[in-house]
Amino acid sequence: MPAQLLFHNVTLGYDRHPAVHHLSGEVGSGALLAVIGPNGAGKSTLLRGIAGILKPLSGAIGLCGLDHRDIAYLPQIAEIDRSFPISVFDFVSTGLWGTIGILGGLGRAARDKIAEAIAAVGLNGFENRPIGTLSGGQMQRLLFARVLLQDARLIVLDEPLNAIDAKTSKDLMVLISRWHDEGRTVLVALHDLDMVRANFPETLLLARGPVAWGSTKEVLTPENLLVAMRMCEAFDDDAAACADDISPRAA
Amino acid sequence: MLHDALIAPFTDFAFMRRALAAVIALALGGGPIGVFLMLRRMSLVGDAMAHAILPGAAIGFLLSGLNLLAMTAGGLIAGFAVALLAGLVSRGTGLKEDASLATFYLTSLALGVTIVSVKGTNVDLLHVLFGNILALDDQTLLLVAINATITLLVLAVIYRPLVVESVDPLFLRTVSRAGAPAHLAFLALIVVNLVSGFQALGTLLAVGLMILPASIARFWSRDITPMICIAVPTAVLSGYAGLVLSFQTRIPSGPAIILVAAALYGFSVLFGSVGGLVRQLFPARHLEA
Repeated sequence: MPAQLLFHNVTLGYDRHPAVHHLSGEVGSGALLAVIGPNGAGKSTLLRGIAGILKPLSGAIGLCGLDHRDIAYLPQIAEIDRSFPISVFDFVSTGLWGTIGILGGLGRAARDKIAEAIAAVGLNGFENRPIGTLSGGQMQRLLFARVLLQDARLIVLDEPLNAIDAKTSKDLMVLISRWHDEGRTVLVALHDLDMVRANFPETLLLARGPVAWGSTKEVLTPENLLVAMRMCEAFDDDAAACADDISPRAA
Repeated sequence: MLHDALIAPFTDFAFMRRALAAVIALALGGGPIGVFLMLRRMSLVGDAMAHAILPGAAIGFLLSGLNLLAMTAGGLIAGFAVALLAGLVSRGTGLKEDASLATFYLTSLALGVTIVSVKGTNVDLLHVLFGNILALDDQTLLLVAINATITLLVLAVIYRPLVVESVDPLFLRTVSRAGAPAHLAFLALIVVNLVSGFQALGTLLAVGLMILPASIARFWSRDITPMICIAVPTAVLSGYAGLVLSFQTRIPSGPAIILVAAALYGFSVLFGSVGGLVRQLFPARHLEA
């Protein structure tokens, strides 16, 4: 399996404090990878780094020929202004940005695609509703419809199933599996370990540094989870500069 | 009778026709800009910018008289200088952006008034502060129209990134680099329209013909496209009715235009179909689903 993502001893963080410390490894093309770990483990930071929102403090993330703009990235806390007067249809249509750009028009084919995406997430009938009238679960379906349209080789989802009911979680998981079946590379940060066991072949257990990375079965052992739970969350303001040039914990 | 009151002023007097044409041009450019200002929560930023560009416009005015091109260039420079300096100070020192912007625009306003009063006459100062739409010459009118045309053309190009950046800025950052240029172009359009508005309404009220119609439109639609389609005719109507009002009474033209818009705003707050107070007091029966 050729690689889609390469981590070369990546350290990501804020104000010099690492949130992801010395991560090395590769994600194969077409992989379906769960990224798990306690709060503050660096899951979101890692995904932000992949999406190009955050520059690594050191090391590099290789995208194997992809541009940052070819990645569909769904942040955990979307900065969406839900009071903005835009309809569900128009909002989802922005997922076609890669093909229509700034000035391209929406032809009949594009409109059909948008309608299909809206139907695929079960929001048919909502096309003309302002996005501000959607519930939390409907909002997440809306965002998935946009990801669908982005038609990206690499899809990065940050805790997309938080505060989502069982039915919606199941529906969204079906979409994630479908992207996997289509050969796309999918990274998902999440907390529900049953969900991970049932749906994700590969798992990265993160606790600032990588605790374990491999097949889900081997990663999700009680010992590994205990190690991750013990991770200290706080930054040390007096921490010395890291001398660790090459990670001893490379996966 | 009605013809005498509503139409005759424009058929009889060329200056009234020019004023009406200017108001229509201002409405076409300022209406959509106002809607974006409101939706991006920048209504008061527009006001601050109107004050900030005064020294630039004043210097342009003093160097070349009532030349709109010089005033626009001066205004653009001053506007961007203030926006940039305010941004630098707040980023460099941790002072909040709004406090920093307020400091700079007040300084800029004081500087502008100083320049105009030291170098110009009191008439000039009154002209800059309150404008006089009834005294537009053909050249100025042409430049107001050119500004409106530029606004519509540029807005057509940056419309999509501007909307997406307003709704979901992070998403735009992940799919395109157009966010920052679009925002800068938008700031430039604000200045261009404010400088046009100077002539008609003066620096204190220039932003009024942008913000009031936009606020009115918010009470009649839930979607941005119809909102813009409501804001523009509302601005035209305010301008026309304000001119008539000013012609028939002793109210100066600029304030008359804004007062008419304010009356329309009051009506919309009460009776608007989206969130109007009367609609809330007497809601229609709820639906099955």
